[in-house]
Amino acid sequence: MAEPARARPKPTPETQHYWDGAKAGELRLQRCDDCSNVYFPPRPFCPSCASRKVSVFQASGKGFLYSYVINHRPAAPGFTPPYAIAVVELDEGPRLMSSIIDCPQTPEALELDMKLEVAFEKLDDTITLPVFRPAKG
Amino acid sequence: MRRNAVAVVGAAETTELGVIPNMSQIQLHADAALNAIKDAGLKLSDIDGIATAVETPQQIAHYLGITPTWVDGTSVGGCSFMLHVRHAAAAIEAGLCKTVLITHAESGKSMIGKLPRSMPADSLQGQFEAPYGVYGPPSMFPIPVLRYMKTHGITHEQIASVAVFQREWAAKNPRAMMKAPITVDDVLNSKMIAYPFRILQCCLVTDGGGALILTSADRAKDFPNKPVYILGTGESVETPMVSQMKTFDSSGAFTVAGPTAFREAGIAHKDVDHLMIYDAFAHLPLYGLGDLGFMPHEETGKFIADGNTRPGGKLPMNTNGGGLSYMHSGMYGMYALQESVRQMRGIAPAQVPGAKISVCHGVGGMFAASGTVIFTNEK
Ligand SMILES: [Zn+2]
Repeated sequence: MAEPARARPKPTPETQHYWDGAKAGELRLQRCDDCSNVYFPPRPFCPSCASRKVSVFQASGKGFLYSYVINHRPAAPGFTPPYAIAVVELDEGPRLMSSIIDCPQTPEALELDMKLEVAFEKLDDTITLPVFRPAKG
Repeated sequence: MRRNAVAVVGAAETTELGVIPNMSQIQLHADAALNAIKDAGLKLSDIDGIATAVETPQQIAHYLGITPTWVDGTSVGGCSFMLHVRHAAAAIEAGLCKTVLITHAESGKSMIGKLPRSMPADSLQGQFEAPYGVYGPPSMFPIPVLRYMKTHGITHEQIASVAVFQREWAAKNPRAMMKAPITVDDVLNSKMIAYPFRILQCCLVTDGGGALILTSADRAKDFPNKPVYILGTGESVETPMVSQMKTFDSSGAFTVAGPTAFREAGIAHKDVDHLMIYDAFAHLPLYGLGDLGFMPHEETGKFIADGNTRPGGKLPMNTNGGGLSYMHSGMYGMYALQESVRQMRGIAPAQVPGAKISVCHGVGGMFAASGTVIFTNEK
């Protein structure tokens, strides 16, 4: 039997812009045109004021390490343990789950509140994942 | 809802708990239901309301041969049964039904007739969490805990003490899966699962089930066992995505469900004699103590580590041994409710002497949902 494959996101009409952005090397968020709320995950209305007038914009890609685990077992298909599963808080406000690359996957290296910047990991021809690495400088 | 208008008049777990390779999941539901019906001295035909989670009410109603006039299939994870109690109490008060059966069972270990749990690749979780290597509750539920510890000044040793003291309670329970004493060092040196949590800070994986029967308090005195009244209840949901909780310093769903139940019950925290806080993982009792308002979050770790919740402590908590040591078939809320009912009946293996008020607080998903039920044995 074949090894189970790594989980791959399947975009929906409401999230396509996010995945198109990742493929183009952009982290895209949405902002409400009425109340300025910035939110994630994607949806075509503002979860704060219910306005349907919302815009997609390119986020700074900067944030900090909000929390994480280092998963040892069981490992998800396609992952080699131990690996960190992190939650990143973006400078624009929203948080998202991500991986931390270019960093030892250890409690000593993964310091809460460390500055991070977005990077992009190509999974295949259609899906590129936003991931994060320790910020330079 | 009126205080003490509805009572639990039947309560039972499956005949066996632990590893049950000779029963499918639906039969475990039936085993628990038949035990609860016998406990209440009822016939199947007396049941006119049915509630269950994961399995559908139609599945359980048909299998048992019940024709209900009220059903509830609320399925929000392991606290679904707390919500069922709340909804059933409201339905009985409203006259929609007279006698409600709530069942839970899961072939969590043996996996016989167990329904698949899947996360579609085009769901929000499938798009924005699964691709980063989350794989089952142990990789997800502990994600908030490092932030909680940093914000509130909680230590690894304090969280490890949750497992140590619950093992002390489990040792008093003949049906508990794990009874051998453990130390904080044992916990902190056990096999790493998802840092910072090790295997002794993660729930067991077992087979089992439980069932409750509720009716109006006016009828409750005619039943063979001591009625256990529903004094207050609360419920809420926050998000199915642990990464999208408003904060990791607290649970949004807990802070709605718990205080709602306390207000409804009209009690103060000092009135609580017995406490159950669903412990799928060792940090949950800390979140619960803080979010239910027993103390500021900064004090929860020290409160537990100082022994206040262990046998003989001033706030006995998770007296069956909890999901960490008693049993955990996947949706533990039913077992927490069963232990609260035993304590209120005065028949628990580790009985808290003279306990009159029991608070039973549940979680569903990874802080996704919450339900709280406050019981009393005095009308
Ligand atoms: Zn808005």
